[in-house]
Amino acid sequence: MATAAAPRTDRTPADGAPGATADTAAHQHAFDTAVAAEERIEPRDWMPDAYRATLVRQIAQHAHSEIIGMQPEANWITRAPSLRRKAILMAKVQDEAGHGLYLYSAAETLGTSREELLDKLHSGRQKYSSIFNYPTLTWADVGAIGWLVDGAAITNQVPLCRCSYGPYARAMVRICKEESFHQRQGYELLLALSKGTPEQHAMAQDAVDRWWWPSLMMFGPPDDSSQHSAQSMEWKIKRHSNDELRQRFVDIAVPQAESLGLTLPDPDLKWNEERGHHDFGAIDWTEFKEVLKGNGPCNEQRITQRRRAHDEGAWVREAAAAHAAKHAGSTGRTGATRA
Amino acid sequence: MTHTDWPLWEVFVRSRRGLSHTHAGSLHAPDAELALRNARDLYTRRGEGVSIWVVPATAVTASSPDEKDPFFEPSADKPYRHPTFYEIPEGVKHL
Amino acid sequence: MTATVPATAALALGDDALVLSHRLGEWAGHAPVLEEEVALANIALDLLGQARVLLSMTGDEDELAYLREERAFRNLQLVEQPNGDFAHTIARQLYFSTYQHLLYAELAAQEGPFQPLAGKAVKEVAYHRDHAEQWTLRLGDGTGLSHDRMSRACDALWRFTGEMFQPIPGVDIDWAALETSWLASVTDVLGRATLTVPEGPRTGAWAAGAGRQGLHTESFGRMLAEMQHLHRSHPGASW
Repeated sequence: MATAAAPRTDRTPADGAPGATADTAAHQHAFDTAVAAEERIEPRDWMPDAYRATLVRQIAQHAHSEIIGMQPEANWITRAPSLRRKAILMAKVQDEAGHGLYLYSAAETLGTSREELLDKLHSGRQKYSSIFNYPTLTWADVGAIGWLVDGAAITNQVPLCRCSYGPYARAMVRICKEESFHQRQGYELLLALSKGTPEQHAMAQDAVDRWWWPSLMMFGPPDDSSQHSAQSMEWKIKRHSNDELRQRFVDIAVPQAESLGLTLPDPDLKWNEERGHHDFGAIDWTEFKEVLKGNGPCNEQRITQRRRAHDEGAWVREAAAAHAAKHAGSTGRTGATRA
Repeated sequence: MTHTDWPLWEVFVRSRRGLSHTHAGSLHAPDAELALRNARDLYTRRGEGVSIWVVPATAVTASSPDEKDPFFEPSADKPYRHPTFYEIPEGVKHL
Repeated sequence: MTATVPATAALALGDDALVLSHRLGEWAGHAPVLEEEVALANIALDLLGQARVLLSMTGDEDELAYLREERAFRNLQLVEQPNGDFAHTIARQLYFSTYQHLLYAELAAQEGPFQPLAGKAVKEVAYHRDHAEQWTLRLGDGTGLSHDRMSRACDALWRFTGEMFQPIPGVDIDWAALETSWLASVTDVLGRATLTVPEGPRTGAWAAGAGRQGLHTESFGRMLAEMQHLHRSHPGASW
């Protein structure tokens, strides 16, 4: 995309292509020094190809998760049982679209367009978080997603606010600020159900029973079999290991479940005085791998709906582009600096 | 890309009167009018702003990181531009 | 300021907002582009907020929303019309938000029970109207396909627009003038969008009445069934 004649915008990545080997060594040194010194890497800085590729993959997956993640919750907007809950849920699903947008923008600073990323999502070449391949069967699932899924996401995301890549870190700061309302509303929703009628309490317990294990899987495979972890830690894209974050999440969730008056579906879950952490049972990694492969309860449904929305929206996007082309130069408010 | 691919816009938001516009992020829109509206919906939905600028991303010309040294280093050795450079006898006020 | 609240009017205005908000909420996860997900949700949230204030003026918002039968809803048939394609949604938005903006501007300007709500909502609705106009221009004067779709949508919803100007008891404004302003505004926008103002009647031919009398269209019952089922399955529960 960068040509000699093109304007050098902030969106034009620096040339990281191989060729000037002497330069590359110097660049690599400058990059390593910056990362080690906790400086941020910015879009036009030189960066190793693999660093760029890792970031694109991770940010894209994160963005895709936000927009696919709208579906299981949007499933309940039209059935929300009170107007207050309906407003909260609509605002939350809207935030997820917004978070997707922030993240696609961050990915675009690396020289990949949103259109390309969406293509990869639609064709299955890029993934989204497997958690969204589970169904929302009852209203309580909206609460369980807020409390457990968003809780796990926040545990994962807070360290990303210090990620070495500037645009990603900045997007995460904004997202984390907005996410805290998501988790709290989920917890409050479950609390109302837990303290409600016996049927409502049962609904809440059932949801927690179904979402607990998939939430633990959100932290990814155990450290000894995690593909990308070591390099990402070195690059300061990742700050803590999968198992470390998973443990942190379990330790936070256990007392929260007690306050809710709900149990977590793990007979092996207990406080380990010696470790100063909770022990917990073995995660079913076979299920994790199967869902990741596409065999979860909703994989097909989620991607089909996403593709359909995109395809059915094509004529709208074309119309707006055509209108803009026809009226180029005649629309727009100029002199904004004086506004 | 396809012809449905809307261009990218950079969004600058003035968070309140008295402050300058700062870069908030970017978004896609077919034209400036919709870019403004999308920016309003996306970047000020929690009351974060009182004024918005949108600029086509391609209209931003940026300094290159490779030019960092010639661009920015020379200004680092001109301490006489900073007030702390000058010694004023004690007791002199309003300076 | 202490005027008693005309219940019929609060229900009519509240139900319009409630039902349209619900329809817009159905777009979540289906919008043509991500930026529009955010925009449609903003509008839906504004409307839901208005609905909650209006319904609460005359009773418990949840009882009114979830426990009334179809015949007790006083919203316009226009707002309950299914989303259809994006053009239908935009045509519905154009017709309704132009009306709502003009109406709320009147209510905001006169002392009465609706003045506080209208004063706040008129700013929200001005934005909804602008959003609908911007998209009408782009779809009408976009591609051949979008022009056809927008044109069809405007035609299809035209016959639901007459009902808007049926006076609502308790809302003391010049309804004929409202209709004139509405027609002028819609005619102007459609013209700029290279669309023609639909011909044909602006009211249904059915003597039994319309939404303000509690008579609705087929899809509305289904919409309510979905909206109310969970709440009704747990009588007396809090959420």
